[in-house]
Amino acid sequence: MITSEARDKASQLRARFEGLGAAVVSPPLLQSAELLLDLYGEDIRARAYVTSDALRGEQMLRPDFTVPVVQMHMATGATPARYTYAGEVFRRQEDDPDRANEYLQVGYELFENTDPAAADSEVFAVMSECVAHLGLRAATGDIGILTAAVQGLDTTEARRAALMRHIWRPRRFRALLDRYAGRVPTPPARATLLAAEDPLAEDAPMIGLRRPSEIAARLDVLRADAAAPPISATEVDLIEALLDIKETLPFATTRLRDLVVDMPSIASAVEGLARRTDAMDARGLEVDMLSYEASFGRTSMEYYDGFVFGFYAPDRADLPAVASGGRYDALTRRLGRGAKIPAVGGVLRPGLMVELEART
Amino acid sequence: MIKLGVPSKGRLMEKTFEWFQARGITLTRSGSEREYAGEVAGVSGVSLVLLSAGEVPRELAAGRLHLGVTGTDLILEKLPLYEQQVVPIQEMGFGEADLIMAVPKAWVDVDNLDDLDAVTAAFRAHHGFRLRIATKYHRLVREYLRDAGVADYAIVDSQGATEGAVANETAEMIADITSTGETLRANHLKVLGDGPILRSQATLWRSRTAEIEDRTAMRELLARLEA
Repeated sequence: MITSEARDKASQLRARFEGLGAAVVSPPLLQSAELLLDLYGEDIRARAYVTSDALRGEQMLRPDFTVPVVQMHMATGATPARYTYAGEVFRRQEDDPDRANEYLQVGYELFENTDPAAADSEVFAVMSECVAHLGLRAATGDIGILTAAVQGLDTTEARRAALMRHIWRPRRFRALLDRYAGRVPTPPARATLLAAEDPLAEDAPMIGLRRPSEIAARLDVLRADAAAPPISATEVDLIEALLDIKETLPFATTRLRDLVVDMPSIASAVEGLARRTDAMDARGLEVDMLSYEASFGRTSMEYYDGFVFGFYAPDRADLPAVASGGRYDALTRRLGRGAKIPAVGGVLRPGLMVELEART
Repeated sequence: MIKLGVPSKGRLMEKTFEWFQARGITLTRSGSEREYAGEVAGVSGVSLVLLSAGEVPRELAAGRLHLGVTGTDLILEKLPLYEQQVVPIQEMGFGEADLIMAVPKAWVDVDNLDDLDAVTAAFRAHHGFRLRIATKYHRLVREYLRDAGVADYAIVDSQGATEGAVANETAEMIADITSTGETLRANHLKVLGDGPILRSQATLWRSRTAEIEDRTAMRELLARLEA
């Protein structure tokens, strides 16, 4: 249930963001299901409520504000722009009856294309100030360093693309990496198939929309993959070392710079991290104590592809993040059909803030 | 009264009646073939409710049935956190079926979920829409594919004759219950080799939510059924 205290808190926070120059936007509660399914795949059905009518087809109860805000900005906005909003979001909770399926979110989104380090640190600082009195633990990460490492792998473009597609699905990413590194044996059936003179000569009729040409194309891909040398153990170890980093920001930066020696592809992403740390420092944030976790943000929403952060109540492991956010250039690229609109944002949960304030 | 829900039709009903008969409880369908009313002999204080196996999970969860017979597949699909709502009393040894994923046999390049995931990506790039999986088990299939990290697919609802969906071009593959695989073969489909999503059989369940008036009667009945 959303309390009136939470509503008051939401209004205060939104007013505060307005005071920082953000324009208030109010996206509709009902969103096009088609677009969200297109972006997030079938998994979104497990997280969002779907409804429908005969005229408009499937609609979703707003699972977050990011997509409609990006759409609004692309339709009308000039960069740089700052937006704020407050309102209900709806999340299905089929695995945990104690988690709210309807709650308030207040957000601050920044579209800016000249200085990503400054933009990242601005959003982080704004969120940090809002929750400063709650004694939360902050965690940060940077998905951009991992994507740079994948893009830099000495292997085929097809393998890099497959790994990139699963950056946000750690288990599948791991399985693919093991396979490309030759750590799992090729099933014998696969070898027989690729060696066959006419592999398509299966005694079965072609049914469905997938054409023989598509099967032939996949067989070509499989043959090329079988012929390609495995990703070297050194490179896999480097990726693992990268994913293992969980330190305070200054130590993490040192370790990342050490890795750059063997992984030059991440150099510019690591320098981006260092610039962001400097920008945070200049804003008076305590970067020395801030935690950096390389895998942070990989299992939450897809499309965060740079800086990511979250604020958690240290003694309330049962609660989700009180504030969270990050850079989502990949989302704007997808929605803008390739147009680059760098964007970073964060959301707060006023309901949780009120709950935590009540106990102090 | 203890309310016992039993599938109202076909082999599942007959087998259920036989199972109870073997435990000295005679269930009969009263009146005409079309009337869904039943009688219980050999035990007192139990009333029989005949209903579709698909409705048993909901009725157990709502507490309108104390006991019910239905497949594990339907309980898991329809009741999230089913352990909190129902308790399995006894597997009944019939109605065995596996929930499987099947693709056209002609897809020589697809044997497992790894292959499927590569194909969903290529299919979407080529056709401009996500590869469609016809099924009535939306939740189970989605959770299974999420755990496996398969992306770029779409679930399309199919409440019957699912095996025909591929030939009819309403889906590229299916997920369905099969016992022998005969229908799959007849429709030129093959099962993915990662093992079934789940193994199901007819099971007697007890509701955790239904109010019990006569606890002694319930205990005695359960003792007989668990024997």
